[in-house]
Amino acid sequence: MRLSRTLSTLTAALFAVSLASCGNAGSDGGGGVDVKVDDNAASSFDDGTRMKDLADSGKITIGVKFDQPGIGFKGATDDMPKGFDPEIGKILAASLGIKPEDITWKETISDNREPFLQKGEVDLVIASYSITPERRKVVGQAGPYYVTGQQLLVKKGSDIKSVADIKGKEVCSVTGSTSLDNVEAKGAKPRGFDTYSECRDQVLNGSVDSMTTDGAILLGYAAEDPEKLEVVGDPFSEERYGVGYSKKYPEMCQWITDTLKKAEDDGTWAKAFEATLGKSGVDTPEPPEMDSCS
Amino acid sequence: MDAVWSNFDLVLKAFWLTILLFVVSGLLSLLLGTLLAAMRVGPVPVLSRAGAAYVLLVRNTPLLVMFILVTVALPDIDWGIPDLHLGPLEVSNYFAQGLVALSVYTSSFVCEAVRSGINAVPLGQAEAARSVGMDFGQVMRSVVLPQAFRASIPPLASVQIALVKNTSVAAVFGIAEATFRMRYFTNNDVSARNQIFLMFAIGYVIIVEMVSFGSNRLERRVRTAR
Repeated sequence: MRLSRTLSTLTAALFAVSLASCGNAGSDGGGGVDVKVDDNAASSFDDGTRMKDLADSGKITIGVKFDQPGIGFKGATDDMPKGFDPEIGKILAASLGIKPEDITWKETISDNREPFLQKGEVDLVIASYSITPERRKVVGQAGPYYVTGQQLLVKKGSDIKSVADIKGKEVCSVTGSTSLDNVEAKGAKPRGFDTYSECRDQVLNGSVDSMTTDGAILLGYAAEDPEKLEVVGDPFSEERYGVGYSKKYPEMCQWITDTLKKAEDDGTWAKAFEATLGKSGVDTPEPPEMDSCS
Repeated sequence: MDAVWSNFDLVLKAFWLTILLFVVSGLLSLLLGTLLAAMRVGPVPVLSRAGAAYVLLVRNTPLLVMFILVTVALPDIDWGIPDLHLGPLEVSNYFAQGLVALSVYTSSFVCEAVRSGINAVPLGQAEAARSVGMDFGQVMRSVVLPQAFRASIPPLASVQIALVKNTSVAAVFGIAEATFRMRYFTNNDVSARNQIFLMFAIGYVIIVEMVSFGSNRLERRVRTAR
């Protein structure tokens, strides 16, 4: 009896601790930008197109990242992911007459974005998804809606000041990402982790010298820990974020491009940026020129 | 697939690292596992209980958790594992951490495999050895363990084969071994995903086949008439 009482006290204590540690995760609030949902969307699309189907069903599944503050982030207690990518997703869904609460957000990691699109697990991928010719052979990519470049995140006071200093140093990123290949080509020792947050932890505890990925993501992490971390150096690559769609529905390209163009022109794009990435202190950039769909 | 063929040195280097992880942690786990087995069957109750506790704790912990403990938790409490330099190979404390995680994990399985072998040695052997005046160490070294190893080659080979495949967990903990490289290629060369996957799978099959071939030959060579 005594043992079981000790046990239950212990369990209760553990439970309380775990609850307490959940408390501060994702307490940011902030619902992002309100987008105007098109009431009569279904009628504006031709029969047989994927957009018509989606608009008729009133539901859409969008793949986003869950571990990139500012871009796409979902805390353990959040209902919806927050960040620039989800905002773009809301804009696209709104043009189909789909309300933000009717969007199903699915976590995609770097490795499974193409399989998810090919198998129809998601309708769109908006997950810091750089446009590359290799990827365009397999899936459709419309955009870019945002252009960023690879940079370095270091502990404050590190002797790494720019990309020239990483030769022979350990640099981490997500296993299987383009960023890791780029620094490896520049002579750094690549250290791959499963998620960006694990990589950031390795920088914080001093196990690796630097973390690398798109500047937008690094700024998000630096903004979370401004007295310990900083982003250094100029961007040394160009990453053009696009919206991924299945090659089965090539008609989606023009719709995505047109919708994004409209959002750029009427200021929704800038508002979405300011509510997410802009919070880390960067100025709102000019929206990038988009590729044509043919 | 062109991207893979033109970077084939990366593939070889990655498999070389996989093999190195396997061989070094395989040897370490054999040593530690045998020691644990000797502790468990030995006459000192404290050691025997310590060995049992180790097996209970480690064998029931998933390998992934072991890796998280070694690579994420230990540095956080300033208990990091120092750098390891093995010639021109690009190894570092992450490699050493991988070795620790894999060896600690595998040795609990080695211990149980060896113990099963010890149980297969007739009790009379140890009693006879003791009756001619051997102490515990001598009994183990010259009478029990040689026979126990002979009996436990098949389960030990299974443990080592599992270890080959377990090295792939290191891919997400900073070590550029084969699975890490596979994800590098599948990310860059999305149209050849299936071929790349198949190629790396075959690589693992080759390594595992070599281990099982070796253990078969060994088993045949040391077989005795009973």
